[in-house]
Amino acid sequence: MPNIVVLVKQVPDTYSERKLAESDHTLDRDSADAVLDEINERAVEEALLLKEAQGGEVTVVSVGPDRATDAIRKALSMGADKAVHVSDEALRGSDVLQTAKVLAAAVGKVEGYDLVIAGNEASDGQAGAVPAILAELLGVPQLTHARKVELDGTTLKVERESEEGITRLEASLPAVVSVGEKINEPRYPSFKGIMAAKKKPVETLTVADLGIDAGEVGLGNAWTSVLEAAPKPPRTAGQRVTDEGDGGSKVAEYLVAQKLI
Amino acid sequence: MIDLRLDEEHEALRKTVQEFARDEVAPVIGDFYEREEFPYEIVAKMGRMGLFGLPFSEEYGGMGGDYFALCLALEELARVDSSVAITLEAGVSLGAMPIYRFGTAEQKQRWLPRLTTGEQLGAFGLTEPGGGSDAGATRTTAKLDGDHWVINGSKAFITNSGTDITELVTVTAVTDVKPNGRKEITAIVIPSGTSGFTVSKKYSKVGWNASDTRELAFADVRVPAENIIGEQGRGYAQFLSILDEGRVAIAALSVGLAQGCVDECLRYVGEREAFGHKIGTYQAIQFKIADMEVRAHTARLAYYAAAAKMLRGEPFKREAAIAKLVSSNAAMDNAREATQIFGGYGFMNEFPVGRFYRDAKILEIGEGTSEVQRMLIARELGVG
Ligand SMILES: Cc1cc2nc3c(=O)[nH]c(=O)nc-3n(C[C@H](O)[C@H](O)[C@H](O)COP(=O)(O)OP(=O)(O)OC[C@H]3O[C@@H](n4cnc5c(N)ncnc54)[C@H](O)[C@@H]3O)c2cc1C
Repeated sequence: MPNIVVLVKQVPDTYSERKLAESDHTLDRDSADAVLDEINERAVEEALLLKEAQGGEVTVVSVGPDRATDAIRKALSMGADKAVHVSDEALRGSDVLQTAKVLAAAVGKVEGYDLVIAGNEASDGQAGAVPAILAELLGVPQLTHARKVELDGTTLKVERESEEGITRLEASLPAVVSVGEKINEPRYPSFKGIMAAKKKPVETLTVADLGIDAGEVGLGNAWTSVLEAAPKPPRTAGQRVTDEGDGGSKVAEYLVAQKLI
Repeated sequence: MIDLRLDEEHEALRKTVQEFARDEVAPVIGDFYEREEFPYEIVAKMGRMGLFGLPFSEEYGGMGGDYFALCLALEELARVDSSVAITLEAGVSLGAMPIYRFGTAEQKQRWLPRLTTGEQLGAFGLTEPGGGSDAGATRTTAKLDGDHWVINGSKAFITNSGTDITELVTVTAVTDVKPNGRKEITAIVIPSGTSGFTVSKKYSKVGWNASDTRELAFADVRVPAENIIGEQGRGYAQFLSILDEGRVAIAALSVGLAQGCVDECLRYVGEREAFGHKIGTYQAIQFKIADMEVRAHTARLAYYAAAAKMLRGEPFKREAAIAKLVSSNAAMDNAREATQIFGGYGFMNEFPVGRFYRDAKILEIGEGTSEVQRMLIARELGVG
């Protein structure tokens, strides 16, 4: 009966216009609706499928500001059992290394965890590095970009999908898995799930509770920083090709010039 | 004293259904509509997320929510598409609710678990080819023959009655004529496939084209005596209360359509240009949109007020009729204006507003016409 931890992150809705704050290039959280990242919904779904088949428990872990409770509630209303929420002003602007460090400490609070499931890449930062760094910090195997996960006792089998193709990976628990878009179709929470979620325990921790010095995290102490940011230029009108018998080759020339073919 | 905010759970539900409608319904429903095809896969997904169980207790496979939760779900679905919304509305408030409210424990055990999960659908047949507004004029008859009812007659325009997953239709039938000449009406469950029960092919409709509406005929249909819902002769009173609730649900659905018109227009007027400017810069267009928002908003307040009374267990007949009247008007007006704002594209089926236009009219007719709502309101006020 696997004891599963799912990492979830609240992100600005990809349906709304997303912005960085002008002052320090961190995410402008007021500019867009905040939602549970879709890839995390898939991570939660995978954990729930494993739990439904094999029993066990699913704990959600999230690092984020207070309002991230909404994302956590959503994961709980889908069916996760409990949550750990690390929320601390000091964390604002943390980079992937710092975040992974905090996550590692938070996962450590979940006694006897067997499997950590994360999304392979958040839709806001798109670093795609946290699961791998976390696995290193925890000293456990990393099986990233999974499109299929099988658990047989303590043996974990994963189909890893990359541009090169499919790689079959196998590891013993405990381990960290990150899932890709094709892993599953996440369920929508039912009203029963939504009501049950209200009663599920959410432990809120500060970095100090995790034994981490506030001086190690946050924008001022990050290893990387954003120097400049500019909004995406507005879409320009496309280039019109009139077919005078040579339309095909003109289109091909254009694509070659853009290095698309 | 007054607080119109949704509580956390209802708000979470509203958001969930909004997301579902946007991601699962909007991209595909136009094709079903054009092909006049029932969207089984979407209905199954709605079932899996518990929408058909919203107002029912967990004992019967429900979600343990309330009727207002159903209303919110209907509003959010109808903001994107009315066919799936009416399938839910009819399945829950007409199909399953009479059994849930008035059925015996045995009937509930037998039928509800599949209706509340959306695996099967229920329908309710009141309207007849000869008339719907005057429900007392029902001509379909049921006569007791030993331990069976024998039903003869027909019903018209019955939603959800002929899908592959329709489990039953509850019909109203005359079971006796009282000494004063009034008909005694009883509601009886007829399972799909019962011999003598024919479901005709789908009507060709102006709107709601991805929903299932059929005419039904009964020729010596025999069902066990225990298939009556509640006591014999209570059918009229039962459906009056079922319809009062249903009106609040239809009001919510209408508000959804009215709001969907605003959503679509807000998107469009920022893109479409005429005479060198975005059409949204013209005050004539802005005022149309402002009026549309006013109608959607006030209609929503009307159905919230009716639902609040209903949930508190107070009489709500007048409020339900007002909500239904106001919101179906709002839907119709908004659909007309939205189509106008879209110009020629508004008349094309590929844009949702064209669908909204076609779907709006029935809201002023089904579950009591606007005239019937006015009759009810006047009667509640003691005139007529
Ligand atoms: C798509 C669709 C789905 C439907 N689904 C169902 C369903 O699932 N179950 C079901 O039972 N029915 C269903 N109906 C039927 C619907 O409820 C009726 O059409 C409606 O109640 C009106 O009845 P009618 O069509 O017989 O009109 P009529 O009763 O014939 O009315 C005709 C006109 O006369 C007006 N009128 C009638 N009496 C008066 C009066 N006293 N004073 C002033 N004006 C009056 C009416 O308002 C209307 O304008 C559905 C209809 C449609 C189109």
